[in-house]
Amino acid sequence: MKVYKYGDNVDTDVIIPARYLNNPDAKSLASHCMEDIDANFAGSVEPGDIVIGGANFGCGSSREHAPLAIKTCGVKCVIAKSFARIFYRNAINIGFPIMECPAAVDGIHPGDTVSVDFQTGVICNETTGETFQAAPFPAFVNGIIEHGGLLNALKARGVAC
Amino acid sequence: MGMTMTQKILACSAGLDTVEAGQLIEGKLNLVLGNDITTPVAITEFRKAGLSSVFDNNKIAIILDHSTPCKDIKSAQLCAVCRDFAKEHNIAHFYDVGKMGVEHALVPEKGLAAPGEAIIGADSHTCTYGALGAFSTGVGSTDMAAGMATGLAWFKVPSAIQVKLTGKLQPYVSGKDVILHLIGMIGVDGALYQSLEFTGDGVAALEMDDRFTICNMAIEAGAKNGIFPVDEKTEAYLQGRVNRPWKAFTADPDAAYTRTVEIDLSTLRPTVALPHLPSNTKPVDEVAGMPVQQVVIGSCTNGRLKDLREAAAILRGKTVADGVRCIVIPATQQIYLDAMAEGLLADFIKAGAVVSTPTCGPCLGGHMGVLSDNEWAISTTNRNFVGRMGPTSSKIILASPAVAAATALTGVVTDPANI
Repeated sequence: MKVYKYGDNVDTDVIIPARYLNNPDAKSLASHCMEDIDANFAGSVEPGDIVIGGANFGCGSSREHAPLAIKTCGVKCVIAKSFARIFYRNAINIGFPIMECPAAVDGIHPGDTVSVDFQTGVICNETTGETFQAAPFPAFVNGIIEHGGLLNALKARGVAC
Repeated sequence: MGMTMTQKILACSAGLDTVEAGQLIEGKLNLVLGNDITTPVAITEFRKAGLSSVFDNNKIAIILDHSTPCKDIKSAQLCAVCRDFAKEHNIAHFYDVGKMGVEHALVPEKGLAAPGEAIIGADSHTCTYGALGAFSTGVGSTDMAAGMATGLAWFKVPSAIQVKLTGKLQPYVSGKDVILHLIGMIGVDGALYQSLEFTGDGVAALEMDDRFTICNMAIEAGAKNGIFPVDEKTEAYLQGRVNRPWKAFTADPDAAYTRTVEIDLSTLRPTVALPHLPSNTKPVDEVAGMPVQQVVIGSCTNGRLKDLREAAAILRGKTVADGVRCIVIPATQQIYLDAMAEGLLADFIKAGAVVSTPTCGPCLGGHMGVLSDNEWAISTTNRNFVGRMGPTSSKIILASPAVAAATALTGVVTDPANI
C-alpha cells in the first residue's frame, strides 16, 4: 500500500485531462489518471493505495470521469483537507469513499503505511502510530455509499424504476 | 432566523416551510441538463441500473456543445449515444448541430430556466442561471441519471456569502471583471459548499449578460450557486422566453450570511487572472505588456451578444497583431445571427480574427484552438488550470472580452482604454 500526496486545488483537468474524455471507458480513463500532475501515477498505482490531497480537492469541471478514474485505478480512498463540492457528491454517488480530515493530511507523508476505517472515520498512520478522526458521513450519505451508489440507493427506496 | 434566497427556493423544491444550512433535503427539479461529454456517462449509468423511463421528457435538456461539430470519431460516437437516447425518450429539449449553442447561453435564451426554479446540470457552469433568480448548480453524470429518472436530487442546504454591490461599472469594465475581482478576494475555495448571493444598489445597473457572466464563474470560487435578485431587467429578459408561471423569491431581512463582501463597482479596473488559478488576479495595469500568441473570445462565460459588441467595438477597423491568432465564438445560433445582423462578424473577420460556429471547443482544450508547447493565450473563458487548453507548458490568462480584444490588436496584454 502506497500513499500519493498532492497539494491544494488538485483540479479535475489534471485528474483526467479533457483530451481523454472522448472515451469514457473506465479503464481508459484510469490509464491517464493524474497524467498532467504526476505522469508516474497511472503506471505505479496499485489496488489499496491512498491519495492524499490538500484543500479543495477535485475543483473545476463536473466530470464524473475524475473520481471514476481514481476509483478504477484501485485507489482505496482519497483523504483531503476539503473537497470541491461536485467532486464530493460525485464520489459519493458512485460509491467511492472520500474522507475530509485536515490533520490526517498534515500527518501523513509519502512512504507511510495508512489504514482507514470507513465506519468510524478513524485514519491511522501505522508508520508513526498517530490516529486521526475524519468527520463521519451523515446517515443519508452512508446509505448511498452502502448501496454502492446513488442509483442503487434510489432503486432500493423504490423511487427509481 | 430568516432564510437566504437560495434556501427559500430549496425549501420550496423540497416541499418544506423552512430549511437551514447543513440540512440534507431532496428537491423536485424543474430541469435536468447534460452535454455531449457528461450525458453519455449518465446514459450508461441509467441503463446499467435498469431504469426504463424518464420522469418528464419536457424537463430534460441534452445539448451537444463540447466537441461539436464533432472533432473525432470517438466524440461522434458519444454524440450518437445522446441522439439515440433523446429519440428513444422523446427528449423535448435536445439540441444538435444547427440548433445547439453553448449550453449555459442556450438554456436561458430558450426560456428553459426561470426565477425560483431548481435546476441541476451535469456541467459545473450550470450555476449560470442564478442570474435569473433560479437555484441552479452543477452535478455529475450519476446525479443527471438519477434526475432524469426521478426528477429529484439530494442537496445539502448551503449557507451563503452576501456580495453587496454598489456603484456603477466604468467604461471597459464588465461582469467578467466583477467576478474575477471577487474570486481574487475570496479565493478558489472562498465560497466552498456555499451560495454567493448578490445584493445591493449596484445590481440594478448590471445588464443581464453581465449577471450571467458573474453567476457562471461562481463555481470558480467553489460556490454551489450564485444568485441575483429578480428585477425589471430580469423580467424584460424573460418576456417572450418563459410563458409558464414563475416565482421571484427574496431573502428574508434577517437571513444569516456567514460573511458580507462589499464591492464598489465604480472602483473596479479591468481585471485578469494569471496562470494557473482564477484567483490569481491582477488589475490589467500591473500586467500590461505580457505577450500572447492566441486570443479566445467566447464560451459560456463570455460568448453573449454584449460580449461580442464590446470586442467588436475595439477590433472594428483595426488589425489583429502579427503572430496572434484571434478566435471568436458566438455562443448560440441566435447570438451568431444577431452579431451578423449588427455587422459584428464582419468587424471580426476584417480585423483578421476567425469566427467559429458555437462550441465549447478551445475552453477545455478540445478543438478549435488548442495551444502548443509554451504558448500563452488570453481567453474570456473561465479556467486557467494547468493543461486546460493544451500541453502542461501552455498558459492561460483569463480576461474580459474588451481586454482580450485589445490584446489581440497589440499582441501583449493591453488595457482597452489605451486602444
